[in-house]
Amino acid sequence: MLTLLFDGLAYGMLLFILSCGLAVTLGLMNFINLAHGAFAMAGGYITVVLTNNWGVPFLLSLPIAFVAAAVLGLLLERTLYVRMYEKGHLDQVLFSIGIVFVAVAGIDYVMGSQQQILNLPQFMRGRVDVFGVGVGIYRAFLIVVCGLLAVALQLILTHTRFGSRLRASVDDRRVARGVGIRVNVIFAVTFAVGSGLAGLGGALGAEILGLDPTFPLKFMVYFLIVVSVGGTTSMLGPLYASILLGIADVMAKYYVPVLGGFVIYIVLVVVLVLRPQGLFSRMN
Amino acid sequence: MQANHSTPTPLSADVRRVMRRPVRWTMIEIAFWILAVLSWFFLPEQHLILTEIAGIAIFALSIDLILGYAGIVSLGQAALYGAGAYASGLFSIYVTGEPISGLLVGAVAGAIIAFATSFLLLRGGDLTRLMVTLGVAAVLFEIANQTAWLTGGADGLQGITIDPLFGHFEFDFYGHTGYAYSLAVLFVLFVLSRLIVSSPFGISLKAIRDNPLRASAVGIPVAARQVAIYTVAGAYAGIAGALFTQTQQFISLDVLSFQKSADGLMVLVIGGTGYLYGGIVGAVVYEMVQDGIANLTPQYWQFWVGILLVVFVLVGRDRPRELISRLTARAGQMRKSSSETVISKRQET
Repeated sequence: MLTLLFDGLAYGMLLFILSCGLAVTLGLMNFINLAHGAFAMAGGYITVVLTNNWGVPFLLSLPIAFVAAAVLGLLLERTLYVRMYEKGHLDQVLFSIGIVFVAVAGIDYVMGSQQQILNLPQFMRGRVDVFGVGVGIYRAFLIVVCGLLAVALQLILTHTRFGSRLRASVDDRRVARGVGIRVNVIFAVTFAVGSGLAGLGGALGAEILGLDPTFPLKFMVYFLIVVSVGGTTSMLGPLYASILLGIADVMAKYYVPVLGGFVIYIVLVVVLVLRPQGLFSRMN
Repeated sequence: MQANHSTPTPLSADVRRVMRRPVRWTMIEIAFWILAVLSWFFLPEQHLILTEIAGIAIFALSIDLILGYAGIVSLGQAALYGAGAYASGLFSIYVTGEPISGLLVGAVAGAIIAFATSFLLLRGGDLTRLMVTLGVAAVLFEIANQTAWLTGGADGLQGITIDPLFGHFEFDFYGHTGYAYSLAVLFVLFVLSRLIVSSPFGISLKAIRDNPLRASAVGIPVAARQVAIYTVAGAYAGIAGALFTQTQQFISLDVLSFQKSADGLMVLVIGGTGYLYGGIVGAVVYEMVQDGIANLTPQYWQFWVGILLVVFVLVGRDRPRELISRLTARAGQMRKSSSETVISKRQET
């Protein structure tokens, strides 16, 4: 029971890192980016290639995955995404579906369609017993890293000058520009960090979620669910939502396998019907 | 607008002409359907692909009804399509293989699912709708996946046999019957949707699409209309699914996948939304592109479709439709007297 709770927590934390970038683009910048999973997949593949083929230590390949995905995000933001901000939601959906298709087929072409297996370093494997609870070392690592990141993100968003500038740009682009905030730069940096976090999430999650070219499609619904259930007024909403969904998913798959696949969708539909703005956001 | 039937209000001649204009068939439309019928005689080799095009066109037509006319964005149309496909497939296995009743079963299944889930769409904006439709499709996908004893799960539903159409025309290997059948169904559904969108009901939908708040202020029951059109679109998608089942005689889980919804949406926006022909034009273009690319790089055609989609949105997805409407306008100009065109021009601007 406690072991399941622990696994669910780790899974939820992972979902959070994967989705928090989307929470920013979708929630704060109001851009429906279905291609978010493509950045996560990029991070995952980079880590696999680095650790398995080039022998780079796993812990070192994580920041590389973050930076590479961030650079990729920055490039796409400057060239393509920036043209889509002003367009309608339908255009954004179509555009990002296009990006997903390109990413899926591109990775398939370069890496092949088979499942990629990440070789974790020896000290990350195995389990230790803590008061009778089987604790996977890698999962504990996930919880610590993701928890720290969640706290850091929330602090950046609420307590730094960058955070307040970002929130101002989101609330009213024109006024923000008027008071001298460089909105384009803020958005570009935010998008890059969001993509980087997705890449890091993909790198961390390759072991648990699996990694193959259909990754962006397979987990797209999950990311979107986290964001829409969590709401987007702060980073804490998506965090609570991820943990809730992670635990619900793991528990349901263990206890009621027949219903396991549905639980996450049912949670989504119920939450959206009862609170269209998200579970953890204030209604306006 | 509602009261028109019971209490005739005097309309000026200009207004009446403008109201009647979208109802009247133009030369170019008639030519289009004649061409479609001729394709059955002159392209016998292509009947399989043409059958597919007709099926996708019906699916896209269903999305056009809700997106192009009622402004409801959906990422889960595959739910309705798949419901129709599975319902008609199971009907053919357990009840009868008669095709027309199979189509009706598909229509009813699609409409039921649409009606039941339409209430979820009434709250929230675009984003909530996208998420809810996506969620509903995902739930149905999971249900079909889990109930393998009924649907065959990931292996697909097998053992579907369809009786000859009207007891005479066998569904053959070359798609000759299939294409004639699909084209006839497409035509009937098209005429029906043409009536729907130019009726007072259809005009009220456009009012809702353009501004829901204003629509409700002039007394249009917004929620009821949205539920109604979503249900009709569900029946359309269900028929498209049933048609797919009957012509392929096999169903896999793909009919409920996100890919299917995305395909339908893509086909529609390639052809353009909100003028009914978008789905058909898009289906022809999409199939030709897919076929052409698949011949070049069989495995990676998706890559090029993705590129196409990105470029298409960046260029502006209204461009193809503008081109077509300009062509239609030109064709109309040749036919109509010059005074009439002046009036219609004035109305358009």
